[in-house]
Amino acid sequence: MSQPPSQPVIEAKALNLVFQTADGPVHALKDVNLTIGKGEFVSFIGPSGCGKTTFLRSIAALEHPTGGTLRVNGMTPDEARQKRAYGYVFQAAGLYPWRTIAGNIRLPLEIMGFSRAEQEERTERVLDLVELKGFGKKFPWQLSGGMQQRASIARALAFDADILLMDEPFGALDEIVRDRLNEELLKLWDRTGKTIGFVTHSIPEAVYLSTKIVVMSPRPGRITDVIDSPLPKERPLDIRDSREFIEIAHRVREGLRAGHADD
Amino acid sequence: MNRILPVLTVVLVIVALWYVAAVGMNRAWVYDQASRAGVEPPGLGGLITATINQERPVLPAPHQVAAELWKSTVGMAVTSKRSLIYHGWITVSATLLGFAMGTVLGVVLAVGIIHNRAMDLSVMPWAIASQTIPILAIAPMIIVVLNSVGLQGLVPKAIISAYLSFFPVVVGMVKGLRSPDQMQLDLLKTYNAGDAAAFWKLRLPASVPYLFASLKVGIAASLVGAIVGELPTGAVAGLGARLLSGSYYGQTVQIWAALFAAAIVAAGLVALIGVAERGALKRMGMAR
Repeated sequence: MSQPPSQPVIEAKALNLVFQTADGPVHALKDVNLTIGKGEFVSFIGPSGCGKTTFLRSIAALEHPTGGTLRVNGMTPDEARQKRAYGYVFQAAGLYPWRTIAGNIRLPLEIMGFSRAEQEERTERVLDLVELKGFGKKFPWQLSGGMQQRASIARALAFDADILLMDEPFGALDEIVRDRLNEELLKLWDRTGKTIGFVTHSIPEAVYLSTKIVVMSPRPGRITDVIDSPLPKERPLDIRDSREFIEIAHRVREGLRAGHADD
Repeated sequence: MNRILPVLTVVLVIVALWYVAAVGMNRAWVYDQASRAGVEPPGLGGLITATINQERPVLPAPHQVAAELWKSTVGMAVTSKRSLIYHGWITVSATLLGFAMGTVLGVVLAVGIIHNRAMDLSVMPWAIASQTIPILAIAPMIIVVLNSVGLQGLVPKAIISAYLSFFPVVVGMVKGLRSPDQMQLDLLKTYNAGDAAAFWKLRLPASVPYLFASLKVGIAASLVGAIVGELPTGAVAGLGARLLSGSYYGQTVQIWAALFAAAIVAAGLVALIGVAERGALKRMGMAR
């Protein structure tokens, strides 16, 4: 699916991030240039230490780049956060055990000062969106790992940010559950039209989900390849056996290998 | 039923050992009496009856302690100066006041420690140092100093209780308020939440299980503080006073009865905290 280049939602130019550690400086991101358009589904893939999570955290203003420019909706990441530009989903669901599922989804709404009625209305809507209708009164421990992760996605969607940032959200789940959630995530993306940044370790997951795949490699963390996926927007699970799918997966693998070759 | 049996067995073993020890330790007095009277020392049967029914034994037998407990609680009016309920209430009221003061102080210090770098670096060493000073050494000074400014009775004892009970609360609450991991703090950051929201929505609820663990230690420490606080007050009233007067007059049965009363009160107070804990965790959905 090739979109006409709409206004960029995320724009990184010559982005650098150096951590000062006890063992000396670590170059987590080196000269990263990337533009993400509105409504794109962008996966970041690469071995640990390649800076994919660091890049996502930079977009969320959880890390601060040491060089270059990064714009989110045309603002600095800090400003974008104050404008509630994004929802963030972590690897663990991180639901509060003392709040019900609905209570967890209300958390950002309470902090952002939504009215009580609107909190209820939005909670119901996103519970429906992640297919957890009727589970609002349950406590997190009463739900499976996959359902907990869906609840955490609902929490990130509740305040209607345009951007959804997901850091290996399904990394801790088994493959069967992961397949289902991938399918559901695509449906959700289709229905909401959000821009999604998705960090993963899994080549099939990246290829299956994305309109754009960003291949990264470590030491220093950098982008080695950006692949615009030719796959159609409509993606049944068995598209993974198609020739196109396998070709993209091959190109991603090649990109990952190339990144390792010059270690 | 299968829980009661093991407990009962252990209790029986302890009581049996206690009787053996009572016979052994009180034997000397029986022999001494016999030699003074110039009669043969009694045989085994006589020895046992003579050792476990003395008025001022070295070690009172369990039934003597139980009888004394019964007599001084159920067996007399609570207004009597010899009633353990009268003395127990005086100690418990000081314990509860001190426990409340210590808990508030502990929580306030913990909140300060996690939000203020200077307090983080400076308070904990002093809190630890405060607990290395023997309470027996500092209690009389607190009583004397407060008496000189006109405070006596309940409040000085409560302050000694608070001195002992704030410490577990500080330690537990600092750990509890710091228990949310980086991911949970990052999540709040993505909502652009401030320190206040992080405290009320995350840190405080996360610290509740730690708080209750600390309160259990704290209330037992409070009781010890209140009893110690009663020792230097000239033995007027309270379980501590009962212990002290018992030792003045060699009333070992009275001492042991007061000791057991204190132990029963402590168990009761800890159990009350346990009930509150279960209720709170159930309401928060954290009890399974």
